[in-house]
Amino acid sequence: MADRIRIENSFSQNAKVGWYLAKRDIKQANKWTTMLIVAVMTFTFLNLVVVSGILVGLIQGSEDAQKKYGIGDVIVSSFINRAYIENTSEITKIIKTIPGYKNHTVRFGGSARVESNYRSTLKPGEVRDGAGATFLGIDPVQEDSFSGVSKFVIRGSYLTPQDQDSILIGKNLLYEFTPIEAPGFQTLKNVSIGSRILVTSGSVSKEYYLKGILSSKVDEFDSSVVALDSEVRKMTGRTDLNASTIAIQLQPGSDPVAAKQFLLDSGVGTYARVQTAEEAFPKFLQDMKSTFNILGNAISGIGLIVASITIFIVIFVNAITRRRFIGILKGIGINRKAILYSYMYQAFIYAVFGITIGMAMTFLVIKPYFTAHPINFPFSDGILVATVTGTLLRGAILLVTTVIAGYIPAKIVIKQNTLSAILGR
Amino acid sequence: MISAKNLTKIFTSGDQTVVALNDLSFSVPEGQFLTVTGKSGSGKSTLLYQLGLLDLPTSGEVLIDGVDMVPMSENDRTMTRLNDLGYIFQDYAILPSLTALENTVVPLLMQGYSKEEAEIKAKKALEKVGLLDRMNNLPSQLSGGQQQRVAIARAIGHDPKIIFADEPTANLDSETSDQVIQTFIDLNREGQTIVMVTHEPEYAKLAHRTITMADGKIVSDIMNGQRH
Repeated sequence: MADRIRIENSFSQNAKVGWYLAKRDIKQANKWTTMLIVAVMTFTFLNLVVVSGILVGLIQGSEDAQKKYGIGDVIVSSFINRAYIENTSEITKIIKTIPGYKNHTVRFGGSARVESNYRSTLKPGEVRDGAGATFLGIDPVQEDSFSGVSKFVIRGSYLTPQDQDSILIGKNLLYEFTPIEAPGFQTLKNVSIGSRILVTSGSVSKEYYLKGILSSKVDEFDSSVVALDSEVRKMTGRTDLNASTIAIQLQPGSDPVAAKQFLLDSGVGTYARVQTAEEAFPKFLQDMKSTFNILGNAISGIGLIVASITIFIVIFVNAITRRRFIGILKGIGINRKAILYSYMYQAFIYAVFGITIGMAMTFLVIKPYFTAHPINFPFSDGILVATVTGTLLRGAILLVTTVIAGYIPAKIVIKQNTLSAILGR
Repeated sequence: MISAKNLTKIFTSGDQTVVALNDLSFSVPEGQFLTVTGKSGSGKSTLLYQLGLLDLPTSGEVLIDGVDMVPMSENDRTMTRLNDLGYIFQDYAILPSLTALENTVVPLLMQGYSKEEAEIKAKKALEKVGLLDRMNNLPSQLSGGQQQRVAIARAIGHDPKIIFADEPTANLDSETSDQVIQTFIDLNREGQTIVMVTHEPEYAKLAHRTITMADGKIVSDIMNGQRH
């Protein structure tokens, strides 16, 4: 008896014995039950990450498209109370000196009304088949190099610098692609490639041929009539070269905030509004993103509660059926904390396996799949937004919740009277 | 070494009151093999639970090495059970998910031994009860007698001051029971203090001393000639 160790039960000792018991309990547990619990944890994790990730991804896809094809990394636009950017030529020169500059496109904008059946004789009470639209003037070569807009021509062909009499029309203006019949919402019907379209801007009208139809999921193009910049300037009565917007792309890794600051420091802010893409996104996108985020978190929260209850029940049933053995352990001097830790470890192990499998599925299967096959949403190509940090955070939340869900039932059973537990009364 | 002083245990259920232990006082010196006998309901198991700190008496004292254990905290009582006491239950009470070796190792780990040290000590205990060759078997792979010997190995593995055995042969056939009792006798010969509850008069006689109980009282306390 001389070598008997008499020390207080420390945390590490309780933890060591708890781990020893937990490992053996899991090893001897029914494999199907263990697999089922791990599957519950995996699906809960996926519910936490994927559901909210897809909801946010629908908006993120739209923002990414806006950034890539419409706004760029930084956008210079006319002040709200002005129609154009003064000193556009000077500003363009400054833009090219931004550190990290990659590309830019100059766009001219105005408003116009387009009509397709203007040659028909109208019956009494009948109105012309027309729609209001943004009249967007571009340099076709520069714009295509910036946004690759030519690839969004789903019917017909893209503009060339010689196409003074041709236009492209966004699909939102055509009934064939946007079959909405609502008061105040007008679209063009019976329009095809080669159709004559009357464009009226202010008091100036001109007949154009429809050369192509655009479908880009970026409002900039899908709700616009696109013509050569010279045509738009002519139609809107502009004799200078002052543009409406200049979208700027930066080299990968460049800081848009720094680029914006560079432009402001160069005096561009005197003549125009300078915004990063984040600042220029339409507010409804930001609102939808927040709403979808809340919705995703609510769904994830419910999933988390379901998983917690599942683990609670599993551990509770496990502890109740082993009530006598818990009593025996206490009877032979095993500290109740060590027994408690053994159940918390079991919950921890289930959660770690579930989260690990869920992480692997997220980053090796689901995310690559959605990147390759985005969800075809009306205004975006939905992707899965799952950052490593965000995913780890959700994993940590699930882990903590699961361990707590394991702790509570074990605590309830362990605190019962030792002798009553041993004798099963 | 262990003493009961005016030990009383009263169970109350509704209006009914049962005096399970009625003002018992006695001592068990170090190295003694004491058996407690009596009819069912005489209070012998209740006595064992009080002495083994598994239950609290209504009044009185349980002294181990002169220290009263009754006022101690639950944690201190658990520590005392771990370090100083060993238990052998009627139905073995070994853990089904652990092998014979692992069952024996657990209290040693709790005492602070490393896994390697604990396994060495556990193997020694299993060897002492003749089960070293079955150390990697789960309880379900062992016979009743072998399971009871695992329980004995677990009880002696950490060198307790006193071993408590509650009718350890109740579920065993006579041949296996004899083997188990022989194990107790061998342990006692090595100096181990043992308090054993038994129904079997022939096993009771093999101990140094036998206390017979009835209605919660000691009706006889005799020294057995066979061992002296």
